[in-house]
Amino acid sequence: MSDHSRRTSEEFEQELQELRRRIIIMAERVNDMTAAAINALLERDNERAAEVILADREVNRDEMETDELCMLILARRQPMASDLRFITTAMKMVTDLERIGDLAVNVAERTISLKKQPQLRPYIDIPKMGDAVREMLTMTMEAFLERDTDKARAVIDMDDTVDELYALVFKDVLEVMYENHDSVKRGIDVQSIAKYLERMADHVTNLSEQVIYLVEGKDIRHAESRQ
Amino acid sequence: MNMNLNTPTETEQRMDVYASSGYPESDDHLDARDRMRTPLTGDTDEEPRPTEISVRGLRAGYGTKEVLKGVSMDIHANEVTAIIGPSGCGKSTFIRCINRMHELVPSAYAKGDVQFAGNNVYSSSVDPVLLRRKIGMVFQKPNPFPTMSIRQNVLAGLTLTGRLSGSEANTIVESSLKEAALWDEVKDKLDEPGMSLSGGQQQRLCIARTIAVKPDVILMDEPCSALDPVATARIEDLIAKLRADYTVVIVTHNMQQAARCSDRTAFFLMGELVEITNTDRIFTAPKDTRTEDYITGKFG
Repeated sequence: MSDHSRRTSEEFEQELQELRRRIIIMAERVNDMTAAAINALLERDNERAAEVILADREVNRDEMETDELCMLILARRQPMASDLRFITTAMKMVTDLERIGDLAVNVAERTISLKKQPQLRPYIDIPKMGDAVREMLTMTMEAFLERDTDKARAVIDMDDTVDELYALVFKDVLEVMYENHDSVKRGIDVQSIAKYLERMADHVTNLSEQVIYLVEGKDIRHAESRQ
Repeated sequence: MNMNLNTPTETEQRMDVYASSGYPESDDHLDARDRMRTPLTGDTDEEPRPTEISVRGLRAGYGTKEVLKGVSMDIHANEVTAIIGPSGCGKSTFIRCINRMHELVPSAYAKGDVQFAGNNVYSSSVDPVLLRRKIGMVFQKPNPFPTMSIRQNVLAGLTLTGRLSGSEANTIVESSLKEAALWDEVKDKLDEPGMSLSGGQQQRLCIARTIAVKPDVILMDEPCSALDPVATARIEDLIAKLRADYTVVIVTHNMQQAARCSDRTAFFLMGELVEITNTDRIFTAPKDTRTEDYITGKFG
């Protein structure tokens, strides 16, 4: 499609720009929340964890406002073709972004719970998971802005790495819990955090699939249609 | 004991359940429209459908001005084909070439192959008057004959060619008006002037007049552009019903209308056919960037 060509309705163009801007802002917000939640965990910093929980309100507001903008554009402009794909994709993207925000909150809540107990073990794979999720999200947003489906496909492949890290954490935590029954509560908290991060990567994968649909008009969501 | 002979397999048992519950075995229960639309994700654009009209290398214009620059496309039977494109792209000229109305304009010319019912409509053996009975047309502005009653309007095309008995005429008036979804509104005032009806009713009257001569194809040139949204919705509903018995080709400036009521959409630009594909696909993911630019309101 030719995004560079001039649209007849400038107002419509501005509405689409605004929608694009809001999605980017929302993605940056949940990316920052994820970073802060992991830092709070590593530093055992309850204040920071509390900030993450508070920041979720902004994300929820972003979601509602963006949805409303999408509804308005649909009602006013009856968009077609790539514009239509953009609006419907945006409505799905905000849902995944909002879920990522919720999961960052879940990490922060477990962090506060863990602060009440002695640290189980040094964290090795969880920070790697956090970094991977954030990198995936950044790449997805670049793919979205640059209409780069190769990049979006690379993100989808990265999801496997996060799954593997999750399996490692799960195995480690299980071993610790077997050895020391006093560690079960902490173990469950740590395992949950890893699961939240793994879920975040799944939502980022959804976002990348949406970017591919947006650009190519191809739905690749389920394995059978990826042929 | 041979277990396999008498004991139904698990699959057979399951099939029995379906049979007894009246579970449909084929897709016959689907609306024809659902069946003909391929899924959006499929890259195969069209299922094979019988072709009603096959156009190849159609060139047409006025004097030295060429409006259509070699258009080739097939129009499928019992489908609604929408033709969209900016003003001057040749979409009206295209449909007027199909039933040879284009040539009625002085200096107009048309050449190429338009196959319909086994003939090139431009061959010397084809009588354009008979052709226009098989391929009727509905125009932008409702045009009932001003001096005629509703009944006379419906019969206008028939009485030109032959005599009808009173009961035959009544049957045709009723069935045509019913097919045009106008009967209930006019059945008690068939002898009132056609012009006494509202714009939307007049347009349906024109559709009834077209239907009365039993055409195979109905061409519509912007049939709703003079109508309000309610009247437009009624005509669009009617178009959806007409496809069961007729092949419909509709020229429209209104892309939402094309999206609402057609099975396939053709995009014309500067006298050329850019793209023809399933309507569901063209408005969500068109192939050609020129189509994309036009339907998203962009001009580069």
